[in-house]
Amino acid sequence: MSAPLIEMRGITKSFGAVKANEAVDLSVAPGEILGLLGENGAGKTTLMNVLFGAYAPDAGEILIQGEPVRITSSADALAAGIGMVHQHFHLAPRLTVLENLLIGISGKSGRIDRTGGLARLSDISRQHGLTLDPDLPVSALSVGEQQRLEIVKALFRGAKLLILDEPTAVLAPSEVDGLFSALRSMAAQGLGIIFISHKLNEVRALTHRCTVLRHGRVAGRVDDPANTTSSEMAQLMCGHEIVPPARGPSTPGAEVLTLDGISTSRHAGTPLRDISLSVRAGAILGIAGVSGNGQRALAEVISGTRVPDAGEMTIAGKAVTRFSPREVQALGLGRIPEDRMTTGLVTNLPLADSMVLPRIGTAAFSSKGLLKPDAIRAFAEEQIKAYDIRCPGPMTRAGALSGGNLQKALLARELAFDPKVLIVSQPTRGLDIGAARFIHEKFLDMRAKGCGIVVIGEDLEELLVLCDRIAVMYEGRIAGTLDSADATIARLGLLMTGAEGRA
Amino acid sequence: MFRLEARTSTPAWFNLALPIIAIGATLVICSGLIALAGAGVLEAYGVMLSASFGDSYAITETLVRAAPMIFTGLAVAVAFRAKFWNIGAEGQLLAGAVASCFVGAIPMPGALAILLMALAGAAAGAAVALVPATLRVKFKVDDVVSSLLLNSVIYYALMALIEGPWKDSFSGYPISPPIEDSANFPVLLEGTRLHLGVIAALITAPLIGFLIVRTTLGFRIRVTGESPEAARYGGINVERVLLSTALLSGALAGLAGVGEVGGVHFQVMSDISPGYGYSGIVVAMLARLNPLGVVPAAIFLAAVMTGAEAMSRATGVPAFLSDVIQGTALLAMLVALLFTAYRIRRVGAPA
Repeated sequence: MSAPLIEMRGITKSFGAVKANEAVDLSVAPGEILGLLGENGAGKTTLMNVLFGAYAPDAGEILIQGEPVRITSSADALAAGIGMVHQHFHLAPRLTVLENLLIGISGKSGRIDRTGGLARLSDISRQHGLTLDPDLPVSALSVGEQQRLEIVKALFRGAKLLILDEPTAVLAPSEVDGLFSALRSMAAQGLGIIFISHKLNEVRALTHRCTVLRHGRVAGRVDDPANTTSSEMAQLMCGHEIVPPARGPSTPGAEVLTLDGISTSRHAGTPLRDISLSVRAGAILGIAGVSGNGQRALAEVISGTRVPDAGEMTIAGKAVTRFSPREVQALGLGRIPEDRMTTGLVTNLPLADSMVLPRIGTAAFSSKGLLKPDAIRAFAEEQIKAYDIRCPGPMTRAGALSGGNLQKALLARELAFDPKVLIVSQPTRGLDIGAARFIHEKFLDMRAKGCGIVVIGEDLEELLVLCDRIAVMYEGRIAGTLDSADATIARLGLLMTGAEGRA
Repeated sequence: MFRLEARTSTPAWFNLALPIIAIGATLVICSGLIALAGAGVLEAYGVMLSASFGDSYAITETLVRAAPMIFTGLAVAVAFRAKFWNIGAEGQLLAGAVASCFVGAIPMPGALAILLMALAGAAAGAAVALVPATLRVKFKVDDVVSSLLLNSVIYYALMALIEGPWKDSFSGYPISPPIEDSANFPVLLEGTRLHLGVIAALITAPLIGFLIVRTTLGFRIRVTGESPEAARYGGINVERVLLSTALLSGALAGLAGVGEVGGVHFQVMSDISPGYGYSGIVVAMLARLNPLGVVPAAIFLAAVMTGAEAMSRATGVPAFLSDVIQGTALLAMLVALLFTAYRIRRVGAPA
């Protein structure tokens, strides 16, 4: 391959006593797709933030086409030809596709060059198969289309290097194929691409080379990902071997959660249409589907934060359709929300506060309106120990914890009260292999103890490993339910795209 | 080149250092104005200091001024903790003053009168605060705007009252009839104006601190303020918490008015509050919404107010400097708060 398009040499960046990056070298050649792997906290995000100008490195240099450059802001990065597609999109929802592309790049005269913009958009679209309607407002785009727009935006601004941070986490399997062919087409034209992902099969299918980070350093490089096994890569990432959890046989007991004909009105997101489900004690039901097909509403209804317009729900045989969150919890419903940072925990308050939040009014943590600070602290300390939550202590700001530790904390706060039913959304999204493995084991433990579990997720492989049955949601309905013994990714994928009956 | 970089944690000593730095910066900035007015900066600040803390009488006068701002500061601190943006402490104070004046004018034993004045004033303030809170909870009306505008409504209602039914029929002045002598708050120190309401304010601050830190209501207020989504998901009735917070906040602001009627003016007139409700916002921000911090913050502003008058007499610098110092202190504190979330980092010198 030719000289590197971009080269990072000896990048070191510390936050206080923590070395987030230490002497990291990384290079991408034109036309190359580089996989960047590593567990959470391994330093991938810090490294990319250094490259994108959000952090100044303590040591090391960045070279673009052999020339040392200084990148101190995202504007510098864009000017240097570096484009980044973040996990959370940075788009103006009320503006159209074209307007979003033209933000910040109006000509010197202050005029917006609509014709020129349209021409470039159609150029880029045609070249890489990234079609977008220029006049549609962003709010009308699907998540996949918004991501496409982010990619087009980077190309539009002349990116020669594109960084994608976990781009497939929000896509359906069919959309992933589209993204990959676009990325391959861009690479074929000489662009460099850095692809960050936890999904090793995707990394193996797409990338030409991988750099693996562990504890802030380069743990290894993979020169031939296609011919390297996932477990070899996982071992590089974690430093030890990872064995997938084994779901033993179970004898499901009585129904602990039932939904019968649940429908919601169009409130926010996709409404539910006539959802009927049942979960038995000691069984795990998976809810698969492309995000935005009503999973959020379903989780809210079961969690008691949204009252359905029609239908009945029972927990442990009790009708609970119009119960509040506090009441469903009292009946033994454990809940882990999709959005750990905003819905699950209070990031600015001590971790202990978040850990007792749902049960603050119970005798365990307060009496007669007065808190029991010692009991709250003791409970948090106990759970921190039991779940190996890495943090300085119960009074640490919850927001300072890493994603995996946050999820452990949320799991601890629910499991400490032996729930009869557990509803979990995206249990391992954004978690690394080690943390995900821990969460999976806890679910299987709870299943063995007779807890009925609902797992809402997008990672089909994860659902196939964990679940006894998998229901697929499409446009607010259950498109089909499969026994996981009969389910394959292909059959689930078909149901996810609404191809009912043909699966 | 300097740039701001996000902090991962905030050192604890910042809580104390930031207000002090902000006040220091304020005094430095305002010294320019003093110099501009033709007075010596050190001399002017010296007069302010001795007029507000120079002798025991000056100290009691400063405390008397601080009392209403302790109450309004607490009102704002409690509200802001829940992110109920109560800018209406001024109106709530006026409502409390009117209600307590009304009750205090009814002949009854002194102790009972004082108790009922406090209850009526607190209830009136709470009722006023409930308006923006209800509008927000039910109709998503912006509470900053509604609570702020309500201040004018209450102020002109008060004016209508003292220009109309309450107008002094002998003198024709727009002032309310005085409360009964027996309803006047007892003075705690002979020869000063140090009244019962000052002690009440000093006791209320730690009580509110206790409420925030150690009670389930305080827990719910904190969680609701920091993350309404997490609060709702965790089973907290966010709407109810906001309404409870509004009642508490309004009641505290109402008590500020009660103290002014019962302990200082013994009647209601149009300038019964020189903006104590708005000063409460400055006090609460300087205190970083900590109820215990409200006391020194209120005393600081009170000292500036009493000191500025003396300084004006002694050096000719207009007493309006007090308002400038207040406003500058708020801005300085807001800037200082930026440094709890960010640090300044030097970016390498240009090549």
